[in-house]
Amino acid sequence: MSEITLQIDGREVAARKGMTVLEAAKKAGISIPTLCHHEKLEPYGGCRLCTVEVEERGRTKMVAACLYPVEKDLVVKTRTEKVDRIRKMILELLLAHAPDAFELQDLALEYGADRDRFEKESSFCLHCGLCVRYCAEVKKKNAIGFINCGTRREISFIPEIASKECWNCKECFPLCPTEALQAAFVLTKALVFPSPLSELKG
Amino acid sequence: MDNDKIDRIINKHRGKAGSLVQVLMEIQEENHWLPREVLEKVGEKLDVPLSRVLRIATMYKTFSLTPKGRHEIHICTGSACHVRGARRVLETVQDLTGIKPGETDSDSRFSLETVNCQGCCALGPVVAIDGKTHGRISPDEIADALKKYD
Amino acid sequence: MARINSAAELEELRKDIVSKRDAAKPCVAICAGIACLGPGNDRVISAFEEEIRKQSLEARVEIRATGCHGFCEKGPIAIIYPGEICYLQVTPEDVPEIVSQTIVGKKVIDRLVYTDPDTGEKAARQSEIPFYRNQMRLLTGNSTRINPKSIEDYLAIGGYAALAKALFEMKPDQVIEEIKKANLRGRGGGGFPAGSKWQTARNAPGEEKYVIVNAHEGEPGAFMDRALFTGNPHLVLEGLIIGAYAIGSHRGFIYTRHDTPQLRENIAIALAQAEEYGLLGENILGSGFNFNVEVHLDVGIFVSGESSALMRSIEGKAPEPRPKYIRTSVSGIWDRPSNLNNVETWANVPQIISKGSGWYGSIGTDRSKGTKLISLSGNICNTGVVEVPMGTPLREIIYGFGGGIPNGKKLKAVHFGGPMGGSIPESLIDSPLDFDVLAELGTSLGAGDMLVMDEDTCMVEMARYFLDFLSGESCGKCVPCREGIRQMLKILTNITKGKGKEGDIQLLEEIAGVAGEAALCSLGRSIAKPLYSVLKYFRDEFEAHIKEKRCPALSCQELAASGGAKEK
Repeated sequence: MSEITLQIDGREVAARKGMTVLEAAKKAGISIPTLCHHEKLEPYGGCRLCTVEVEERGRTKMVAACLYPVEKDLVVKTRTEKVDRIRKMILELLLAHAPDAFELQDLALEYGADRDRFEKESSFCLHCGLCVRYCAEVKKKNAIGFINCGTRREISFIPEIASKECWNCKECFPLCPTEALQAAFVLTKALVFPSPLSELKG
Repeated sequence: MDNDKIDRIINKHRGKAGSLVQVLMEIQEENHWLPREVLEKVGEKLDVPLSRVLRIATMYKTFSLTPKGRHEIHICTGSACHVRGARRVLETVQDLTGIKPGETDSDSRFSLETVNCQGCCALGPVVAIDGKTHGRISPDEIADALKKYD
Repeated sequence: MARINSAAELEELRKDIVSKRDAAKPCVAICAGIACLGPGNDRVISAFEEEIRKQSLEARVEIRATGCHGFCEKGPIAIIYPGEICYLQVTPEDVPEIVSQTIVGKKVIDRLVYTDPDTGEKAARQSEIPFYRNQMRLLTGNSTRINPKSIEDYLAIGGYAALAKALFEMKPDQVIEEIKKANLRGRGGGGFPAGSKWQTARNAPGEEKYVIVNAHEGEPGAFMDRALFTGNPHLVLEGLIIGAYAIGSHRGFIYTRHDTPQLRENIAIALAQAEEYGLLGENILGSGFNFNVEVHLDVGIFVSGESSALMRSIEGKAPEPRPKYIRTSVSGIWDRPSNLNNVETWANVPQIISKGSGWYGSIGTDRSKGTKLISLSGNICNTGVVEVPMGTPLREIIYGFGGGIPNGKKLKAVHFGGPMGGSIPESLIDSPLDFDVLAELGTSLGAGDMLVMDEDTCMVEMARYFLDFLSGESCGKCVPCREGIRQMLKILTNITKGKGKEGDIQLLEEIAGVAGEAALCSLGRSIAKPLYSVLKYFRDEFEAHIKEKRCPALSCQELAASGGAKEK
């Protein structure tokens, strides 16, 4: 793998060809916020929080750092007025779903996002897909998946699989940036094992 | 829907790219809805996890995961029909049947769906009931038309 | 039928087909397009078959069920050749009279021909009807002349001659050069130069490459691709095979809608016939070039028309746009170079190869060449498909071909490009039909769907309508698109219900700006385009809804109490 240099926030940064901007930044100690990114998983590009500004042949554009490949002499800016504006809006849109999620609160402080900008939404899920992808890519169980599309998209445990696999795993729980996953699981459990009350409490 | 028929459909497409959608589509066309056990079977036979089968089955408008009523009402809400008053027609049908798009009434008399452009914009607003096209239809006319179905 | 093994054999066969045909033999061409199915073209066709049988004319009269004739407003349409007598809104009851009077008696039935609504003047021949008179029907003109289920009909009008020319007289690079010189731009919406795209796919590393026909046509109000593809499937197929040869692809895909059975059937027949004749499969026309095509179906979601989502769908995955920053022409289906063009783009290829880029370049404007199919719909007298040279003023399309606005209403706006397009006001309809001009005006030629709106249309409601459409038709993966649609739709719905607040417009613009910059795919980045155009040209309507709780078009019912909506 050949070494190349690019510029991130005014600094010359060395990277290997094939790396993403996010990886190169991380290696250089420059932090870019993410929600749907996880080292063990394929890049997803869903939350768009890692949006940065890149300049290539004189043209600037906004790209997702978790997916954009590094190139020789690429100029990346991770904090510009535009970048901050985009991140602030993304956070505000997500805070409508999960106003109390710690991860969002910290970022909201950083970017001045108003948690009450939008009316609260009934679903707590941020659709980062960490649970879905972890279950499919790492555990290879596919006990949870996405259903529906557009604004009706949601996550759903597959009871037939969840009843066999999830109780002893639950490795996706700590990945969830909100409480939504646990709530969804509790609901599924209630549907699959309608009986012992003790379990519902447990 | 009997197992042989499902097997035949699966075997026809097995091993081909995009077979999942094609299989589900043919079952939907035959059976008018996709029962859970059929989805499980399709997933097993095509070696696709149930989560992915469900994802595909819930993503596309054509697939239904609940049984359909005796009569299927499709109301076009494409842009041409929209500017010609499709919304009022839809509201009338919703009022008369008591169901929203995607639902079936409790007597299994009607199922209601909205569809995007059917390519016959000259007839807008368009409603199809059991495949029969009613063109340039007004709210009053659709109310009359519905009475003919039981 | 034996395979055709060379260009010479193709020409032999063509001569043979033409020589067996009698141009003087009466033929009735009936539109079997989907738009006329509702008014009963199938019953009209049956009535002709029955009547011809009854009068024992089977050997002397040909019945031809054709693709869409374009004039959907007046369907079902029957044209009687050789006189080209065009009868409109034909019913089964009219058929015995047509057979006796016109086919046998060579007399025109006055009441069935076109009557100008203003002057009362009659036009008996198709080419004399104002709707057709000034069109330039390079792609659609043959639709009345061929039965889409007959490859011989296509061969009789010169079909597959361009393919033979490309295979035997041109190198792949020359084909690409010709398409580049013609400046053929993609008809699917982007207007991207097809030749450059082909070149990228050809140059991309890898042995296995794919070519794809995008026949998804998911925008509401767009029905020209279905009309063209159903009516002349071999034309599109010929273009695809030429493209495959130029790019170096041996496997092609047709991605189309499941809900148009005629289209599915005609494609399937065309593929089987082309293979039988040696125009598809191994060693095409004896040239050594191999190419196969398979059909994939969309089963109902708009986002699957987005190129990378479409390709994932072909791979058998959920139709979600791919997030990677690499062009599909370099890495598409199964990460291999994949060149996608829409139906109309492919259909333009054979004539460019046959007649040359010089000829093609003489049609249209400086940077938009050739003709464009337009599906005219909405508040327009003549709904239908028209084909006009690029550069035609929109006014001519609306008033010349379209016959103006019905019910004595005034024209308010024209919308192009469906949920990813924009609206322009009446004051701009002298603008030419041109990719770049329309883009500068804040709309987009899109696939050629042109929605005409009269004065009773509320533009705020239209902006809401398109977002409502997208809320169920996008994939929902990325935050700016999914949540942007959700919040913008909420705000717009409130405004149309009289619950608009000070600051709503600014908030809408802010969300729209973020979606436009940060969404994952081209669909997501375009979700606010209809809204932007309405804000640009009809901002006062927003202000009236928000500040005065008034709908100037008197369309929003919930505002009735405070100044009035009227019952429609």
